[in-house]
Amino acid sequence: MTSHIFKPDMPPPNKVFGPMAWMRANLFSSWFNTLLTLLAIYLVYLVVPPILHWAILDANWVGTTQADCTKEGACWVFVQQRFGQFMYGYYPGDLRWRVDLTVWLAIVGVAPLFISRFKPKAIYGLGFLVLYPIIAFFLLHGGIFGLTNVATSQWGGLMLTLVIATVGIAGALPLGIVLALGRRSNMPAIRVICVTFIEFWRGVPLITVLFMASVMLPLFLPEGMNFDKLLRALIGVILFQSAYVAEVVRGGLQAIPKGQYEAAAAMGLGYWRSMGLVILPQALKLVIPGIVNTFIALFKDTSLVIIIGLFDLLNSVKQAAADPKWLGMATEGYVFAALVFWIFCFGMSRYSIHLEHKLDTGHKR
Amino acid sequence: MQTQIGAPKQKLSFSDPKVRAWLFQIITIVAVVSLGWYLFNNTQTNLQHRGITSGFDFLERSAGFGIAQHLIDYTESDSYARVFVIGLLNTLLVTVIGVVLATLLGFIIGVARLSPNWMINKLATVYVEVFRNIPPLLQILFWYFAVFLTMPLPRNSHNLGDTFFMSARGLNMPAALAADGFWPFVASVGVAIVAIVLMARWANKRFEATGVPFHKFWAGLALFIVIPALCVLIFGVPLHWEMPRLAGFNFVGGWVLIPELLALTLALTVYTAAFIAEIVRSGIESVSHGQTEAARSLGLRPGPTLRKVIIPQALRVIIPPLTSQYLNLAKNSSLAAGIGYPEMVSLFAGTVLNQTGQAIEVIAITMSVYLAISISISLLMNWYNKRIALIER
Repeated sequence: MTSHIFKPDMPPPNKVFGPMAWMRANLFSSWFNTLLTLLAIYLVYLVVPPILHWAILDANWVGTTQADCTKEGACWVFVQQRFGQFMYGYYPGDLRWRVDLTVWLAIVGVAPLFISRFKPKAIYGLGFLVLYPIIAFFLLHGGIFGLTNVATSQWGGLMLTLVIATVGIAGALPLGIVLALGRRSNMPAIRVICVTFIEFWRGVPLITVLFMASVMLPLFLPEGMNFDKLLRALIGVILFQSAYVAEVVRGGLQAIPKGQYEAAAAMGLGYWRSMGLVILPQALKLVIPGIVNTFIALFKDTSLVIIIGLFDLLNSVKQAAADPKWLGMATEGYVFAALVFWIFCFGMSRYSIHLEHKLDTGHKR
Repeated sequence: MQTQIGAPKQKLSFSDPKVRAWLFQIITIVAVVSLGWYLFNNTQTNLQHRGITSGFDFLERSAGFGIAQHLIDYTESDSYARVFVIGLLNTLLVTVIGVVLATLLGFIIGVARLSPNWMINKLATVYVEVFRNIPPLLQILFWYFAVFLTMPLPRNSHNLGDTFFMSARGLNMPAALAADGFWPFVASVGVAIVAIVLMARWANKRFEATGVPFHKFWAGLALFIVIPALCVLIFGVPLHWEMPRLAGFNFVGGWVLIPELLALTLALTVYTAAFIAEIVRSGIESVSHGQTEAARSLGLRPGPTLRKVIIPQALRVIIPPLTSQYLNLAKNSSLAAGIGYPEMVSLFAGTVLNQTGQAIEVIAITMSVYLAISISISLLMNWYNKRIALIER
């Protein structure tokens, strides 16, 4: 018997496989696509090399003053020298470990929530939410346990940006949930009040809210009672943000099938218990990505406190760029600030997309 | 009369949900009203102690400061009310320009993100991811301080064909001034539009009756060109151009777009376009591929498939989020306060408030203006949305 020995397979033709085929399919499939590709390559050629040269190849990396920036490109020395100010504002130099500690505590504290084998997440998370703000406030503000008091007027930089964003969302969440429930309530008076509140804050820009918080809030309060500037801004941010959170939560409430409401009622649960035990746990889970997205928007919006004279990251950069010792450094400063904001926002938006996939448990019917 | 047996007479009791609801609502209303009263009272006392008289009389007083950009005539002796109108017009100007440009750019980028061309696709993705993750205020400051203010002085300005000059003082360009033929020209354009509408109606009617198509587009284009062109031949040119020219340290004549306006519109356009691109992409992706295949199998060619099948369905998904982007753009125009472009917030809530001290009135007016803008944009878009919405049977 003769045995057949198969020849090895022929490689696929170049036309359908390999880089050439890929390029043919994805870049040069028609004359129009070829034209577009060439245009795009030309655009990249116009934009990328100058940026690369400016930001990296011809940039100045070492030195202490503007005089050290002799090369053509960016003067990153400026950012290095002012890095402390960009991160902490005017927070006293020898006390900055307290800010670092607060951030580390947050990271370490939140970490267990991301470990899937860690079970008592709800209790732990709630405890963390209650305890952490208290600890963080005393760490940052001081005035207790022998910690030196640091007035909020000295807070600044990225730290202030993070404080406003996190306090803003943490305060806005409970208020927003109440407003969302109120908007879907069947008591007309409650509904009208909530709708008016939500639509009012959603209709005005945050800038006017901050203006209002800084100019009008002192008029609203009894004489002699005066708030800290940061606290006033925070109140404005929380009220503003709660309206947006309310709309996101309402979306979640509407997505819960009617059967769930009816089932809860059939079990003999009253309004608060059916909401708290049945509807809200499902609805809030659905809207976590949406809330992350509102947080991203809030994080970007914190830069507006520049208008009422708080020194967040952006204002610190603006201030530093106006320093006569560092004239013409606006570009470097803004590019740095943009990079920091971008890293945070991009990271969070990726996380929100990831959550959306993870939490998708098929509520769609 | 028959009395019902077994149905006890309802007493007012706390266990009755209706009674509870009433009680709860009354408590809430009382709480809200008393909070309002408390704040109002505090404000009254505070104002008295500070010697501020409330009221809108201040609007009549003379403003006494100059404004960098005013679309209507303005001198320093004009009233605060006129300053308000100027601020409002400047806000609307930025909003309208921003909405138009951002929509155009957003649609282009959104379609580019769906392109089978790898380069175009990736470039669009990079654009969206970069610009939507940077705060708009930062973008405005960047364009203003790092780009437009670092432009050369007017005498060394970037020159485009001796008609457009780009310098640190802004973009100087020729001004269009009305010539003899202006009003006849406007009238002729009106006539052309009426003629096109009538032609389209007639063509649609004939198409429905006989099925014979008519080249509406080409006929319309012909009407649109021929009627105004005839008018120009008879009455002369509608506009003449006034060129900007360098005199001393600055340009005279022509129109100038101040750098604040350029930075603001550019930043807002670029920022909002990134969001609109995502909306457009998801809208087009939401139309299932089966629709395209069905249209093709009915014999529609790619052009009509896009126009009559894909776009109408995609628009239904696109319009609601697009509306909120327009609203955001209108509200974000207030970020101009960061660079001192004279619009509502920086001009009225900033300068006027500082000069008059009428915090409550000024902030109330400013907020109501934005509320009015927001409400009118949403009404307009809701009306459009209803018009194109799917009519389900």
